[in-house]
This record gives sequence, structure tokens and C-alpha cells, in this order.
Amino acid sequence: MTLELVLFILFGSICAVSAVLMITRPNPVISALFLVLNFASLAGLYLTLNAQFIAVAQVIVYAGAIMVFFLFVLMLLNPEKEERFFKEKTKLRIFIIAIVALILVQIIYMIFLSNPSDSVTAEVSRSVQTGTIENIGREMFTNYILPFEAAGYLLLAATIGAMVMAKKKFE
Amino acid sequence: MQIPIEYYLILSAFMFSTGIVGVLTRRNAIVVFMCVELMLNSANLTLITYSSYLGDVAGQLFVFFVMAVAAAEAAIGLAIIIAIFRNKLTVNIDQINILKW
Repeated sequence: MTLELVLFILFGSICAVSAVLMITRPNPVISALFLVLNFASLAGLYLTLNAQFIAVAQVIVYAGAIMVFFLFVLMLLNPEKEERFFKEKTKLRIFIIAIVALILVQIIYMIFLSNPSDSVTAEVSRSVQTGTIENIGREMFTNYILPFEAAGYLLLAATIGAMVMAKKKFE
Repeated sequence: MQIPIEYYLILSAFMFSTGIVGVLTRRNAIVVFMCVELMLNSANLTLITYSSYLGDVAGQLFVFFVMAVAAAEAAIGLAIIIAIFRNKLTVNIDQINILKW
């Protein structure tokens, strides 16, 4: 057992368990907190994949900004505890879970059928070079400058749109 | 890279399926939104995995743009939910059905 594998098992199991707990808790605030845990462990997985910049961005943007926003809206609205969907519609629940489990088995079958290990190069030094901020920044401001500007405009439009939408209507 | 790439792909597939179950079974609109975020993140994990194993930076740039779009989507979506809540005083998606049929 190398350290890499130990870290993968640790973060991967936290990730999977918190995802399942998130969709089963009836209280939405507890769901949101489990999603924060999920995003944080996902940042750990990105570190095991040598993607340092994305790991930091994941913690700041997702676990920090977006989830605080979700929690803020949840506590602002304070919705009533949702009535348990599973209680009266047991057949529908079993149907949904069976269909999704079938899809999951199908995806895993496809993963092993395509045998992706053959097509990837397993060079650690190259992988470490890829994820540095220097490399990402150089690519972003040369080859990907147009999508970068477009993302800026998208965020501006979203800011204005959110203000217009959530504003109280004065007549 | 000692871990087989399949491990990461299977974890990503599992997270995506969990997100689908959440979207289909939860009734709270905000929780449905959070499940969509979970699905976006599982796709991000696949992109980062391939980017790292192939030594190509394009996947990580894609994840960066996905994060920007997810932030915009969360802002707009929650603004819509606040507007709906102000009108109907609920975020239960079974009661928000005036566009149905």
C-alpha cells in the first residue's frame, strides 16, 4: 500500500459516503453540509491527481463561495421539512433506484470494456508539470483567452440577472 | 501514477448516479440544485483524471470554465427560487407545477 493509494481510498470513501448521505438526509441544511464535505474530499482527490491549482480553486469556489451561497439561501427561506417522498411512493423509489443502478452497472461495464489503462501514459513528472499554476496560466492567457473573456461576460450577465430576478417588485 | 485510472472513473460514475437519484427523489428545489452540482463535480473528476493521466492541460482548463458556469448557474437558479418562494411560499417542486400541461 503506497501513500497514494491510501489517500485515494481515504478521500474516495469520504466522497462516496457523503454523497449518499447528502441525498438521504431529510433536512436540507444537513444535506448542504454533507455536500461541503464531499467537495472538500474531492479537492483532496484532485491533489492525488497532481492538479494543485484546481484543488485550491475547488476549495475556494465550490466549498467556499457556492456552498455558502446555498446555505445562505436555505437559511433565508427556511423551508418546511419536506414530507418524505419515500413513505407513500415505495414502488416509484424502487423503480428509480433500479434504473439508476442499471445505468451505473452499464457505465462500469463500458469503463472496463474500453480498457482506458492502455491508452494513458503513466508518467508522474509530466502529470506534475501539467497541473502547476504556471502552466495553466500560460495556456489560459494564450490559447484559451477567448473562452476566458466569455466566462467573464457570463459571470457579469449572471450577476445582473440574479439582481433583476431576486429584486422585490415595487409597483 | 500507481492507481489504475478505472478507480477514479468508477468513483465518478458512482457520484453521478447518486446525483441522478437525488434529482429524481428529492422534493426540495434547493436540494435538487445541490444534486445537480454533485453531478457537475463528478464530470469534473473525470476531466481532471484524464488531464492528469494524459499530461494534457486542456482538461483542467475545462474544469475551470465549468466552475465559472456553475457559479453563474447557482446565482441565477437561487434567484429564481427566491422569486418563486416570494410568490408561492414554498420550494416544494410538487407544488410548483403551473407550467405542467
